[in-house]
Amino acid sequence: MDILVCIKQVPASNKVEVDPVTGVLLRNGADSKMNPYDLYALETALQIREHTGGIISVISMGPPQAKAVIREAFAMGADKGALLSDRRFGGADVLATSYTLAQGIQKMGNFDLILCGKQTTDGDTAQVGSEVSEWLNIPSVSNVRKITKVEKDGITIEMDLPNELEIAKVAYPCLLSADKDIFQPRLPSYVKKMKTKDREIKVYSLDDMGDKDESHYGLNGSPTQVKRIFPPESNDHREVWNDDGTVIADKLFHMISELKFI
Amino acid sequence: MNEYQYNKITPKIIEHLKEIAPKRVLVGDEINDDFSHDEMAIYGKAKPEVLVETLTTEEVAAVMKICNENKIPVTPSGARTGLVGGAVSIGGGVMISMTKMNKILGYDKENFVVKIQSGVLLNDLAQDAEKQGLLYPPDPGEKFATVGGNVATNAGGMRAVKYGCTRDYVRAMTVVLPTGEIVNLGATVSKTSSGYSLLNLMVGSEGTLGIITELTLKIIPAPKSVISLIIPYENLEDCIATVPKFFMNHLNPQALEFMEKEVVMDTEKFLGKQVYPKEMEGIEVGAYLLATFDGNSEEELEDIIEQAAEIVVEAGAIDVLVADTPALKKDAWSVRGALLEAIEADTTLLDECDVVVPINKIAEFLTYTKSLESESDFRVKSFGHAGDGNLHIYTCSNDMELDEFKKQVAVFMDKVYAKATEYGGMISGEHGIGHGKMDYLAESLGPVQMRVMEEIKKVFDPNMILNPGKICYKL
Repeated sequence: MDILVCIKQVPASNKVEVDPVTGVLLRNGADSKMNPYDLYALETALQIREHTGGIISVISMGPPQAKAVIREAFAMGADKGALLSDRRFGGADVLATSYTLAQGIQKMGNFDLILCGKQTTDGDTAQVGSEVSEWLNIPSVSNVRKITKVEKDGITIEMDLPNELEIAKVAYPCLLSADKDIFQPRLPSYVKKMKTKDREIKVYSLDDMGDKDESHYGLNGSPTQVKRIFPPESNDHREVWNDDGTVIADKLFHMISELKFI
Repeated sequence: MNEYQYNKITPKIIEHLKEIAPKRVLVGDEINDDFSHDEMAIYGKAKPEVLVETLTTEEVAAVMKICNENKIPVTPSGARTGLVGGAVSIGGGVMISMTKMNKILGYDKENFVVKIQSGVLLNDLAQDAEKQGLLYPPDPGEKFATVGGNVATNAGGMRAVKYGCTRDYVRAMTVVLPTGEIVNLGATVSKTSSGYSLLNLMVGSEGTLGIITELTLKIIPAPKSVISLIIPYENLEDCIATVPKFFMNHLNPQALEFMEKEVVMDTEKFLGKQVYPKEMEGIEVGAYLLATFDGNSEEELEDIIEQAAEIVVEAGAIDVLVADTPALKKDAWSVRGALLEAIEADTTLLDECDVVVPINKIAEFLTYTKSLESESDFRVKSFGHAGDGNLHIYTCSNDMELDEFKKQVAVFMDKVYAKATEYGGMISGEHGIGHGKMDYLAESLGPVQMRVMEEIKKVFDPNMILNPGKICYKL
């Protein structure tokens, strides 16, 4: 099976700076890591490959230093990697990002299965995966929390919906967005890192894309107008209850039920 | 057995104690059962007659004074996470709980020390120091022990291989002697050649020579980068044989732990997560090293990791897995941190030993202990600090009768401790002696050393009231 995993380099900490003019996240390659949700997607690919065999490719979009996450994917077991990197891709919103990725994926080849993380920890939109599938005109399933069966003609998954769990069999080619904890991601292997240290990472620019119209990419291709972007206020709300133990226990039970912890 | 006689606590003495610590004196049934045992219940339970929760050094001194005058045994108590019955009041009397003396009193960032009350939990100190960009290096597995308890047992922990044990970080302390006198031992300064080191005598004395109320501890600037490696091996022998190679190559791991696959699998089941690979490239994993390295820059650390990885692969490791983000490091270490907890959760009858053997004897020693399993009805589980030879070996049973378990464990422990002594090891690396391991200590050290220790005890404690029946003499 030919599997592609979309991965992204994100800031390692949540203290992210924002360009005051464009509202674009300022990325600093030195302090970055692979988007945690993408680790789940990549682990899912590795688990599937253990059963079916095949090739795992990864694709990322970002500045040249984003090659680091592709190398990390190699150290986890991915076979091939490509980076979409061009200043003209910069400042892309979800539409332009998904379009660029779809173009890049078509450039890379044909895949039976495309896996994405549910969302990134910097943009947090959780839309790119589904939009990529739209551009590629293939079915997609979001919030996949379990793979129950992998067959020749399709893959059966469990999708986590707000009030229910949907089990679906999806025909290839398709795109799945992996939820947290679908599988515990493995740690990168030093031995694999050494074996793959000279492996080529293809870098594609806008000139390599099928559609070379600049207005479809980057800030130009992004209808989203970011008015202001800011870190959310941290919630340090605390309540102190003084009452009889039974009353408090009852209150606590209702509160955690309401908050859906139980 | 001995000549020491104690008195019972009278209502008048209780009144006195209540004047010293108003509303913080509990008597009889008011005392929670938790105060009758530590985490190793196999050595028996004993409840104090009175529990006093002190807030200041002066209160501790006042309680000690009354008890000394009336020949009433006193047991100091921290977070009760001990494993050898050290804080169990087998002599009855008063227990002084130090857990309310839990304030971090302040940092001296020019002399790199922190002053605390002894009831501060290790976890709280570690986190607070981290916020200041500092590191308190001692890192015993039980993070919810009091630092005072750590000092009383000279606890070592994971980072001992690079940074040493608790003793190496104690600069000064305030101690209430069994007579009720308050003394300040040591100083902030790092060098001293000023008479007998009573400070160092107090470290590891398990609350038998005095009650530590305040501590001045050395801290260091936190290393800028830290990376952990999970290193799987096909078998334990190869795993342990790697250890000296790190040091030969000038690599100083901050921590170097070994774990066998079975214990890791049990712990992962307990935690509900899978972190360690069980099979790699078709090879079944038998044991793991968990190593942590620190450095002052990413680049420096990168070089260290590269060297370390080459060494271990050459020494037969199947692979080297790199945990370089806080989340991955936490995952890798959460398994190590929960090993004992997982064993406890899965076992009704439990005993342990905490021997230290020379590092080149670790594998041989563990093979020997494992071989004894076939002679017993209990299971043997082990893990430990590969970098310093401190091994934690647990005997576990869910279906044996208590008496039979104790009988078989005694036979096992006799052999295990004898073997450790034969290899040039010590009875306890960090858990202490308490009253649970006294016979083995006596066997290992011999009558002369035991007598000298008892005589030292008498100098500090003429009435032998403080934590009686621990370390060097029986009640």
